Amino acid sequence: MPSLGSIRRSFAPWNDAAAKPYIAFENVTKKFGDFTAVDKLSLAIYEREFFALLGASGCGKSTLLRMLAGFEEPSAGRILLDGQDLAGIPPYRRPVNMMFQSYALFPHMTVEQNIAFGLKQDRMPKAEIAERVASMLKLVRLGEFARRKPHQLSGGQRQRVALARSLAKRPKVLLLDEPLGALDKKLREETQFELMDLQHELGLTFIVVTHDQEEAMTMADRIAIMDKGEVMQVATPADIYEAPATRFVADFVGTVNLFEGKVADMSGDAGRILGADGFGLRVDNLAGAKNGARAWFAVRPEKIAISAVKPADEGLNAIEGEVWDIAYLGDMTIYHVRLEDGRIVRTSSVNSRRASDEQLTWHDRAWISFRPDAGIVLTR
Amino acid sequence: MTPASSPTSENRALRRLSSLVAGRLVIAIPYAWLLVLFLVPFFIVFKISLSETAIAMPPYSPAFSFIHGIAGLWAEVKKLGFDNYVWLTQDNLYLFSYLSSVKIAAISTLLTLVFGYPIAYGIARAPSTLRATLLMMVILPFWTSFLIRVYAWIGILKPEGLLNQLLLWLHVIHEPLIILNTSKAVYIGIVYSYLPFMVLPLYSTLEKMDHTLIEAAEDLGCTPVSAFWKITFRLSLPGIVAGCLLVFIPAVGEFVIPDLLGGSHTLMIGKTLWNEFFENRDWPVASAVAIILLLILVVPIVYFQQAQARAEEAGR
Ligand SMILES: Nc1ncnc2c1ncn2[C@@H]1O[C@H](COP(=O)(O)OP(=O)(O)O)[C@@H](O)[C@H]1O
Ligand SMILES: [Mg+2]
Repeated sequence: MPSLGSIRRSFAPWNDAAAKPYIAFENVTKKFGDFTAVDKLSLAIYEREFFALLGASGCGKSTLLRMLAGFEEPSAGRILLDGQDLAGIPPYRRPVNMMFQSYALFPHMTVEQNIAFGLKQDRMPKAEIAERVASMLKLVRLGEFARRKPHQLSGGQRQRVALARSLAKRPKVLLLDEPLGALDKKLREETQFELMDLQHELGLTFIVVTHDQEEAMTMADRIAIMDKGEVMQVATPADIYEAPATRFVADFVGTVNLFEGKVADMSGDAGRILGADGFGLRVDNLAGAKNGARAWFAVRPEKIAISAVKPADEGLNAIEGEVWDIAYLGDMTIYHVRLEDGRIVRTSSVNSRRASDEQLTWHDRAWISFRPDAGIVLTR
Repeated sequence: MTPASSPTSENRALRRLSSLVAGRLVIAIPYAWLLVLFLVPFFIVFKISLSETAIAMPPYSPAFSFIHGIAGLWAEVKKLGFDNYVWLTQDNLYLFSYLSSVKIAAISTLLTLVFGYPIAYGIARAPSTLRATLLMMVILPFWTSFLIRVYAWIGILKPEGLLNQLLLWLHVIHEPLIILNTSKAVYIGIVYSYLPFMVLPLYSTLEKMDHTLIEAAEDLGCTPVSAFWKITFRLSLPGIVAGCLLVFIPAVGEFVIPDLLGGSHTLMIGKTLWNEFFENRDWPVASAVAIILLLILVVPIVYFQQAQARAEEAGR
């Protein structure tokens, strides 16, 4: 039996030119008065995809979901679901269900009644409802709480009721607005994996909103990074991390060191980025850049090595500095190295050996070094 | 040094004691209020209801006094009896008054709900900057005397009054409507006078309601109308119960409105009571009428208390 990972690896309809998006936002704008919450946004989401919308609070993620669910109408643009324009279709006729950020459980109904609510609206026969409710309760492991009211449940249990209720109708698309926001860290991590398994088992399309990058990285097939109502980049978690399109994305996801300069000495894709101090970083992925143009070399901390002496390899970029700060995290150590011009470079190294005497300490001279292909050249 | 003898723990014990006393005192205030302003008058009225009419001052006997000592007092007490209550069952007037009062109060409560709910809903859904003003407008009539407002309705409802003039002028009717001195006028008067008592509790439950519940219901397939009944209306039931009782209870005993607007045909227990007191000067029978009225109202009041307690338990 193939593992979940290998199935996921082969799932990439966005690379398939023939694949039709299941959900398409086309130049969607949403204004509240003068305020533009979503700005000419276009997105394509595929069937069975686990899609994450990641962005700071207030960047328009919920508004985007609410437009898809039908609670808000776009001020301009179209939203298509399976090729059908959703304009004018009220929420109760859309084949999508939403798990609300606040859960929105009906306080006067038991867990069972909450889950059965949507099924009753569809006039499903009683026996079938009972069966479906039982299977949903089993899925979220709340069987023994069926007769409780929401106020008699813990936060995690409520969250699972909300999930069961939104899944009960077997919607084609499930929208989850910060589904795990109210849970503590451990429960949140457990639930992330549960959600992934569930989505895969039921073969549904999930769109999850989050402001937690780790959560998005863990769960999603693809992530859309949003800022001020616009999509900055849509890519797989690995591409978002290793090949961010802009400085904003590079900085938003994880930690990054940005070396600013002008492109010089280009030959093919290789060349240099000349900093203001005259130091030229050797880089070999300048495709698309122009000599003299402004550019940033973005390098993740874990791709920078730190050593007491200058590395022998002349092909590396090596810069001398002073150890400014050390954070020992057990599995790894983070060093902040201060360069001559005062810039701080962050590095992190895995502690693969147990602590030894020859470690660097505060105010030691140290060399940071990285390969020309350790980072990515950004022009925006 | 043992903890018990340390000055800080003594202080603490003292503080705990004083906070305990203060706590009891706080509870004692409503009880004292009840005792002085409800139970004592209740027992006075109850005692009068067990007396006989007399041409005297006060107009009933026995009147308790300690002139003849404890033995004399006991002899007076033995003269008390339930004759007045028996009398109430012998004259249909009282039964009809009670029934008619309950009926009029129930119908007007329902009408008040029908008018009050949309008003409360509208205010609760209005932009938050407008809400205070709208609520103010609901309460505003209280700034004028109740009596004057009811009098004003005579001017509106009488055959040559404002309403009839308007309708005649609009050619909606060709002859004046007879509203004044009928039970219709009483309904109008009660709905008008008690509307704020319905709107305010309804508003406070509707205003607290989480709008995402409605969105969740619609998301799960409810039309807006069915979401209203299944969620909004259902969750506002405590407010509905509170509002209905706040209107129903005083409406049953209402005197001014039926007297001024209802004419002589409208039978209400408040009017009967007034007649007994001031026309017949039969204080004992009037007191018995009042005691029975209270017993009738105890049922909804107790129900109200229980509903409140249940709502408090269920809420959060
Ligand atoms: N109904 C509304 N009226 C006015 N402004 C709104 C409304 N809903 C959202 N906004 C604004 O739109 C922006 C985006 O909101 P939202 O989509 O909820 O952000 P988030 O990414 O945190 O989910 C916010 O600045 C918010 O204040
Ligand atoms: Mg949000």
